[in-house]
Amino acid sequence: MDLTLKIWRQANAQAKGKFETYVVKNVSTESSFLEMLDILNNQLIHEGIDPVAFDHDCREGICGACSLRINGHAHGPESEVTTCQLHMRNFKDGDTIVIEPWRSRAFPVIKDLVVDRTAYESILQAGGFVSVGTGGVPDANAIPIAKDDAEESMDAAACIGCGACAATCKNGSAMLFVAARVSSLAKLPQGQVEAARRAKAMVAKMDELGFGNCTNTGACQAECPKGITISHIARLNREYLKAKFRS
Amino acid sequence: MAEVSNLIIDQCVAQGVPFAREYGGLLANRSFGGAQVSRTFYARGQTGQQLLLGAYAALNRQIAAGTVKSYSRHEILDIVLVDGKARGVIARNLVTGELERHGAHAVVMATGGYGNVFFLSTNAMNSNGSVAWQAYKKGAAFANPCFTQIHPTCIPVHGTQQSKLTLMSESLRNDGRIWVPKHKSDVEALRAGIKQPSDIAEEDRDYYLERRYPAFGNLVPRDVASRAAKERCDAGYGVNDTGLAVYLDFKTAINRLGVNVIRERYGNLFQMYEKITAVNPYEQPMQIYPAVHYTMGGTWVDYNLMTTIPGLYALGEANFSDHGANRLGASALMQGLADGYFVLPYTIGDYLSKEIQSPKVNTNTPEFEEAENAIREKIAKLYAIKGNQTPDELHKKLGCGIMWEKVGMARTKESLEQAIVEIQALRKEFWSDLKLAGTPDELNPELEKALRLADFLELGELMARDALNRNESCGGHFREEYQTPEGEALRDDENYAYVAVWEYQGEDKEPVLYKEPLTFETIHLQQRNYKD
Repeated sequence: MDLTLKIWRQANAQAKGKFETYVVKNVSTESSFLEMLDILNNQLIHEGIDPVAFDHDCREGICGACSLRINGHAHGPESEVTTCQLHMRNFKDGDTIVIEPWRSRAFPVIKDLVVDRTAYESILQAGGFVSVGTGGVPDANAIPIAKDDAEESMDAAACIGCGACAATCKNGSAMLFVAARVSSLAKLPQGQVEAARRAKAMVAKMDELGFGNCTNTGACQAECPKGITISHIARLNREYLKAKFRS
Repeated sequence: MAEVSNLIIDQCVAQGVPFAREYGGLLANRSFGGAQVSRTFYARGQTGQQLLLGAYAALNRQIAAGTVKSYSRHEILDIVLVDGKARGVIARNLVTGELERHGAHAVVMATGGYGNVFFLSTNAMNSNGSVAWQAYKKGAAFANPCFTQIHPTCIPVHGTQQSKLTLMSESLRNDGRIWVPKHKSDVEALRAGIKQPSDIAEEDRDYYLERRYPAFGNLVPRDVASRAAKERCDAGYGVNDTGLAVYLDFKTAINRLGVNVIRERYGNLFQMYEKITAVNPYEQPMQIYPAVHYTMGGTWVDYNLMTTIPGLYALGEANFSDHGANRLGASALMQGLADGYFVLPYTIGDYLSKEIQSPKVNTNTPEFEEAENAIREKIAKLYAIKGNQTPDELHKKLGCGIMWEKVGMARTKESLEQAIVEIQALRKEFWSDLKLAGTPDELNPELEKALRLADFLELGELMARDALNRNESCGGHFREEYQTPEGEALRDDENYAYVAVWEYQGEDKEPVLYKEPLTFETIHLQQRNYKD
C-alpha cells in the first residue's frame, strides 16, 4: 500500500515545529506502524533528509516507550493497542495519516515525535512504591490476599506509563496514570500503612508538574492501550479524601 | 541462586507485585517448559514486566531518598580502567550528544544480552552488546558466546519489512498443543487458504511433541521444542505461506476448562495475538515459530560476579554464569533479581572494603581523556565514511543473512567457517560504505544504531568461532554433525565439559581460548531424556 504522511517535525525543544508531508510506498499490510516508519526513515536517509525521530523499544506493547498521536488518537484508531502493536491493515491504500507527538504541557517535545516523560517518573518517585528495603521481608504467603483483590490490583498494575492518558485529556490531567499506581497498591495489604501519604504526595506532585485536573470526561479510559478504567480514578479519589480527612 | 530464589518472591510481594493468588489467598503456581511440576509464580502473562515494575518502584524510592542518581537517555560507550581497575565510564547523553565522564570505585554492568546481533529477535530494539563488548576489548574475558536460546513460541516472520519478533509467553504451552498436519495435501490446502486449521480432523493432526516426547509433551525445554518445529518445517509441513510456522492450539483446553478459564489465564496474550495477526486464537490456533530470545553466554564472572577486570561486575543476562548452554523458563527473571537483590550487595563490599582509602575518582586524568577521545574519533570516522548503506540495511545483512542462517538454530563446520569469512567481509563493507544521517550533537538514533552495529560485527565473529570450536551439540548450540540417530543433541562430555572463555588479543587477531573445566559432584552428567 502507498500512504501520504503528515508528520510533525521539530529539530529540538527550542525550535518551532511544523508539519511535513512525505509519501511512503509499498508498505505491507502485515507491517506494524513503526515498521512503516522504519521504511520511511530508510527512504529519507537515502534522499538526504534527516530521519524522523520517534520513541520505541520493546515493540510488543509492554515497555510504554512508543507514543504517537495518529489521526488524532493516542496510539492510533484501534482500541487497547500501543502504536507498536498497530498494524497497517487498519489503514487503506492511499490514506493520508497525520502523526503528532504527545501534546501536553508536562511532556515537552525533545525532537520530532519524541517527548520528555520524566514528569511521570517524578510522580512515581513522590510515592509510587512500598517503603521496603531489600532483604528481611516477611514470607509472601504470611498475609493471604483474596483472589479478587489480587486480580483488581493486577488490572491497575498493567499500566505501562506511556502517557496516552495525559496526552488525550483535554485538561492534560495525569489522573489515570496516578490512579493506576495508587489503586494497584490500595488493593494489596502491603504498603497500607503509608497509603494516605502516598495518595497525597502523588497528587501534589502531579499538580506541581503542570498536569491539569480531572473533569471525568473519560477520554483517558477510551485511549488507554492497556484498558485501564476510570473506576481506578474513583478509588484514587476515595483514597485521597480518606487521607485528607485523617490528617 | 536456588537458595535465594524463594526470597525473591517474598521481596517482590513486599514491594507490591500483584502475583496470581488461589481462592484461599495463597500464591498460585503454574508449570513452564522443561518442568513437570507447577513451580512458577506468575502475574498473568506479564510476570517479567511486573517484577521489573517492583524493582523500578524500589529504585524510585532510592532516587527520591537521594541515594541513587538516575540518568535517563544516556548510553555507556566505554569503560575506563585506571591501573588495571574499572574506575568509571564514558557515557553519551542521547539528547544532546554530549560525552560525559563518570568516575567510580566500581562499575556494575547490568546491560542485558546480545540477541539483537541476529537483527530479528524478541529483544527490545535498544538492547545491545556494546558495553560487554567494550569490556571484552579492555580485557574482560567473554564466556560461551555461541550459546543462544531460540524460543519456540514467537509470532512468525511476516516478510522483509519485519523489524522485531514478538514473543508469546511460554506459559501458553501449559494449555496449548503444538501440531502440524500429517498430510502434505492438508498443508497445501492450508497455505492456499482452501482449508482452515479447524477443518483438519483430529486424526490428521501430528502433535509432534507429544508423539516424540510422551513424558513432557508440549512442555519440553525450549531448545528441544524449537528444533522439533524446525524439523517439521524443514520437512515441508510448515503451515503458512513462508512454510515457517506451526500451530499452537487451545481447542482441547477450551473444551476441557471452558473459555473463561483460558481468558483469565491468557486473556492479554490472546488479545495481543489477535491485534498483531488479525486471527482470533479462541477460534483458530495460533501460528508460532522459533526466534532468538536470550543469550546464555556473556561476560565471564567469578562466584562474586566480578569479571576478570578488578572492580568490574556483570549481572543478569550480561554474564554467563547461571544457565549453562540452555536456560529454562522463568529463570532469567530469577537470576536477574537474585544477582541484584541478594548476590552483588553481599559481594561488592568485599572489593569496596579494600578501596575505603581511595579518594573520589578524578575524571580529569589521561585515562579518561584517552577513552573520551577514542570515542570522538570513532564517531568522526563513522561520519567520514559517507557511503550508501544505512545501519539497518547492514544490520539485516549481518543478522538475517549470516547469523540466523549460519550461526542460528542448526550449525555445521562449513556454515560457521563461511560465517567467519562473511562477517569479516561485511565488517569491511560497514567501514567503507556506511551512510549515517544527522550529526553527533543531537538526538540521533541512527548514530546509536551504527555504534552498536560496529560492535555486533565483531561479536558475531566471536560467536561463530566459539560455535566452531565446540564440536558437540549442547543445549542451545546444535551442530548438525553431532546428533543421535533420533535427531537429538549429542554432547561430548569427555572433550567439551568446559566453559569456553575467550580473551581479546587486539584488532584482527585471533582471541585466545581458556578452558574452565566443569566438575559435577552430586549430580552426574547424563543424556537428557524427555521421552519417559
